[in-house]
Amino acid sequence: MFMRMLKNAVLSLAVLTVLTGIIYPVAVTVISQAVFPARADGSIIMKDGKPVGSALLGQQFDRPEYFWGRPSATSPYPYNGAASSGSNLGPNNPALIEDVQSRINALHAADPGNHAPIPVDLVTSSGSGLDPDISPAAALYQAARVARARGLALAQVLALVRENTAGRFLGLFGEPSVNVLKLNLALDGIKKQS
Amino acid sequence: MSGNDVLQAVAYFVVLVVLAKPLGLFMARVYEGRPTFISRVLGPVERLFYRLCGIQPEEEMGWKQYALAVLLFSAAGVFVVYLLQRIQGVLPLDPQRFPAVAPDLSFNTAISFVTNTNWQNYGGESTMSYLTQMAALAVQNFASAAAGMAVLVALIRGFKRHSASTIGNFWTDMTRSVVYILLPLSVLYAFLLVSQGVVQSFDKYKTVALIQPVTYETPRLDVHGNPVKDAKGNPVMEKDRVMDQTIPLGPAASQVAIKQLGTNGGGFFNANSAHPLENPTPLSNFLECLAILLIPSALCLTFGDMVGDRRQGWALLIAMLLVLAPLTLVCTKAEQAGNPHFASMGIDQAASALQPGGNMEGKEVRNGIAGSTIWAAWTTAASNGSVNSMHDSYTALGGMIPMLLIQFGEVIFGGVGSGLYGMIIFAIITVFVAGLMVGRTPEYLGKKIEVFEMKMAAFVVLIVNGLIKTGTALAVSTKAGVAGISNPGPHGFSEVLYAFSSFAGNNGSAFAGLNGNSFFYNTIGGVLMFLGRFWVIIPVLAIAGSLAKKKHVPAGLGTLPTHTPLFVIFLIGVIVIVGALAFMPSLALGPIAEMFTH
Repeated sequence: MFMRMLKNAVLSLAVLTVLTGIIYPVAVTVISQAVFPARADGSIIMKDGKPVGSALLGQQFDRPEYFWGRPSATSPYPYNGAASSGSNLGPNNPALIEDVQSRINALHAADPGNHAPIPVDLVTSSGSGLDPDISPAAALYQAARVARARGLALAQVLALVRENTAGRFLGLFGEPSVNVLKLNLALDGIKKQS
Repeated sequence: MSGNDVLQAVAYFVVLVVLAKPLGLFMARVYEGRPTFISRVLGPVERLFYRLCGIQPEEEMGWKQYALAVLLFSAAGVFVVYLLQRIQGVLPLDPQRFPAVAPDLSFNTAISFVTNTNWQNYGGESTMSYLTQMAALAVQNFASAAAGMAVLVALIRGFKRHSASTIGNFWTDMTRSVVYILLPLSVLYAFLLVSQGVVQSFDKYKTVALIQPVTYETPRLDVHGNPVKDAKGNPVMEKDRVMDQTIPLGPAASQVAIKQLGTNGGGFFNANSAHPLENPTPLSNFLECLAILLIPSALCLTFGDMVGDRRQGWALLIAMLLVLAPLTLVCTKAEQAGNPHFASMGIDQAASALQPGGNMEGKEVRNGIAGSTIWAAWTTAASNGSVNSMHDSYTALGGMIPMLLIQFGEVIFGGVGSGLYGMIIFAIITVFVAGLMVGRTPEYLGKKIEVFEMKMAAFVVLIVNGLIKTGTALAVSTKAGVAGISNPGPHGFSEVLYAFSSFAGNNGSAFAGLNGNSFFYNTIGGVLMFLGRFWVIIPVLAIAGSLAKKKHVPAGLGTLPTHTPLFVIFLIGVIVIVGALAFMPSLALGPIAEMFTH
């Protein structure tokens, strides 16, 4: 009886492996690649025929003429797409307070006249280290700096922020968000026209 | 807490309860072998499965035979998952050319996935080949979930049958779980997730040129790869520059679907469902979170239907909801209040139409506070363990809620199958306590609860409890255990307590700052996950076998009805006292102490 049961166990694992480990993912891939090719392949954004990023993954920006995204705790450098990670710092950890203070200082250094309270998502690192979004408040906080650095009218920058803001799903689920990479690409697009 | 936070939570719970009933009744039909609306399509698949594996679907098993089948099936799984990790370097579908996984890590991962825990001491996108993800890990997502559901169905048969020596056939129950329930739901979910942007591809990782190259500092290394230090002993830093970004790919959507539905929780990527390619939009977040509790809640109604009194199923489901709903709101409120240290730093943490506010460290903007905290509560109530925010960075109170929910013994929803059989054990203990009060032999669902059942039930409750505390004590009193801690003060203790709760409760989430990829945590974690799973399954099946033998006793005047509000409240009381109160002293050393330190 034991041997028969062992045979059943090994065979059912083997059949399960073929069914759920090979047929299932391969079938889902084939159909997904046919129906949603761009999304299944990472939602890549093309510019001048070259891939410049994924609409779903953030990139590091720290020049004044770009909108900055969430701080990223990936190692060894921020927004490392090959090693997603959060900081995992506890709320009382002095290292967290130190990191947040240095981010505040960097924001103030880039925009010395701005004394408004800083939206919290702009100084805390994201869960994945690859968050593509900031809150609309975090974008508005930076808009004047970006406009000044680029010599653009504030209204023009604010219009771009609005264009790149997504609302809640059904007005209820999730949070309004601004896609930083798309917004910055749109800004670079303006520069070329002038 | 903002109005939207509360509305989101209400919406999540309402949709869950609405979907639970039809799915629950459908599953009851499946396990009883009655025809369903998809039997015409899937019936041939089921029969082919039996033919290929030499299974006689009508053959009945006693409880010992049933337990042996579960153990052999799981042992084969551990062996295959271990082996595939060890030889992935020479197998196909490894476009990133990842080498073999280390032996201790492979051991930990194998036990972790076979026991439905999915604790991860590795980062998926930097460790596992596509083949390992698909053919080892995702297969166990199906297999371990199906095994848990099968054991539950066997226990239900114990109540249903009388004067019987058998409790069903494991192979049949397992096969039906996969073919009719897990696989069809996963296919549906996988396509929904790809439509939102979850990747599903066999290509190698893409590389894109960054808009703004990144300059960063890194320790200078000598020829042996050790950091060079200056005269003061500080590491010498040098500047480095990155010009491009890696976009990881892989068959993620198909795996994310089952890891959410099967209460597995093992992320395709390191950041789990915080990763934008694993959970890209508010809609995907809602769907993935819903999937965590979908099957566990529906199984309550499957149970009620199969024992012939649907009110029994509702009573257990309502007890679970009454515990989870308030704790979800407490967690949301704590996180929305934000980090008190930031108040004096010129940071705006107030929720408004323009920002989520609150404690955003370790959280994603698109999920905000409510979308993160509802998930945190649900994933720990269920023994899912996937995360969409980093629990380690939660406030003291906000982080205590997920830990407490694990320590309830993973019976507030719990794992698919395993949660409900745990809950039924608590119901047995509850009727026993009630029986003691009035001096009558306790009954549950027409079966007398006697010495053997009580011994086994007590064993189930004590074993998980004992494993968590013994493990934690061992870790904090050894150098190897303390070495894994990353945060100072009481929070560091919380990391360890959370880890051992997660191991023994088969949850799989973590206060992830703890460095678990060491020989100590890999081995002790593996052993605890194994005991936390199978030392519960065996006594549960023993109870099933013992109950099946007994005659039905008709309900009399002295029978305690088990579908009333009174019973629900009494049951919650027993769970809180037996399951959770036992952890108060240890929680006092961790999160509670943290609340009073700054």
